[in-house]
Amino acid sequence: MATVIVVTSGKGGVGKTTTSASFATGLAQRGYRTVVIDFDVGLRNLDLIMGCERRVVYDFVNVINNEANLNQSLIRDKRVENLYILPASQTRDKDALTKEGVERILTELKQGFDYIVCDSPAGIERGALMALYFADEALVVTNPEVSSVRDSDRILGILASRSRRAEQGENPVKEHLVLARYAPERADRGDMLSVDDVLEILGIPLLGVIPESSTVLQSSNAGVPVILEDSSEAGAAYNDLVDRFLGKALPHRFTSIQKKGFLKRLFGGG
Amino acid sequence: MMGLFENFFRAPPRKSAALAKERLQIIVAHERGSRRSSPDYLPTLKKELLEVVRKYVPIDQSQIKVHLDREGGYEILELNITLPDEEQRLSPPRQNGGAGV
Ligand SMILES: Nc1ncnc2c1ncn2[C@@H]1O[C@H](COP(=O)(O)OP(=O)(O)OP(=O)(O)O)[C@@H](O)[C@H]1O
Ligand SMILES: [Mg+2]
Repeated sequence: MATVIVVTSGKGGVGKTTTSASFATGLAQRGYRTVVIDFDVGLRNLDLIMGCERRVVYDFVNVINNEANLNQSLIRDKRVENLYILPASQTRDKDALTKEGVERILTELKQGFDYIVCDSPAGIERGALMALYFADEALVVTNPEVSSVRDSDRILGILASRSRRAEQGENPVKEHLVLARYAPERADRGDMLSVDDVLEILGIPLLGVIPESSTVLQSSNAGVPVILEDSSEAGAAYNDLVDRFLGKALPHRFTSIQKKGFLKRLFGGG
Repeated sequence: MMGLFENFFRAPPRKSAALAKERLQIIVAHERGSRRSSPDYLPTLKKELLEVVRKYVPIDQSQIKVHLDREGGYEILELNITLPDEEQRLSPPRQNGGAGV
């Protein structure tokens, strides 16, 4: 049975799409049949981050409206086997996403996939509610910053009360914290919330810490999910995150200041 | 111009992350408090109620509304069950027709 995972946050621009792209890619690389769906109707971006923007023919809303079938609209990733992208519509408004329509498509996708990753739009409106409604698990992407943490807490409240699992009285949606754009040196200096601060406030298990990294921008410029840049810190952090999600017990990395080399320690002060 | 230099040489301010954490803890606790107007057991309560009512009257999920309100120190649990039209019922209803509880 396929697992539906929503990547959500409340606040915009915190790294949901970056995380969805890398997470889905990582699952597929490890052999799981994975589809990643862009729920950001009207503002599609996942196709750009995944580098398949020129291959979009039909989109999610076309399938909901029976204007195309799933086979016509799923884009098969060219780099990673087992990975498919279902792009959002660029033109329609969010009302195009109906609960019945989304359910029908997820049910169909569940036949052929192990993991269905839903990239949520920002906010707590229809698009975001639809993205999380059918979720079994949630990656709550948070930046170490006041408004992001507060919005994440609101999203946790919504997951606990307005998801299908909550409404049907089933086991709750399993929550995972993804702390993105983390800068250990700033946290260390005391001018950014630390990993522990955020964990203490939100109180959900930490799946991964993604460091602030210029590689993220470079790889989105190139349309390559950053997890494929495995020599970069952000890429390595996403690889760890996927392994942890699949059950490996890995220590968290990139949460404290990088150890200085011997010479730097000798001469470099601080 | 002056402002720039002043900022540059001023003593470091009090750690702002500590302040952020303190403010977040307060606001998040407050917002969680008001969210509790929908406690965890409501969905299950609703489901079980539905099962009980269905023993007597055929209704669907949308016909049961469960709502918890907070007013001052009180909590009010409001249950609304809309019964279907007479002819749609399987068996004759009990004669007390209580729709609101
Ligand atoms: N770890 C990181 N380091 C540096 N920059 C990052 C990191 N993660 C994300 N970004 C940058 O932040 C910006 C927003 O990222 P992204 O589009 O993934 O966020 P989002 O949550 O999907 O936004 P939206 O709410 O608009 O959908 C992008 O420019 C991205 O390159
Ligand atoms: Mg996005």
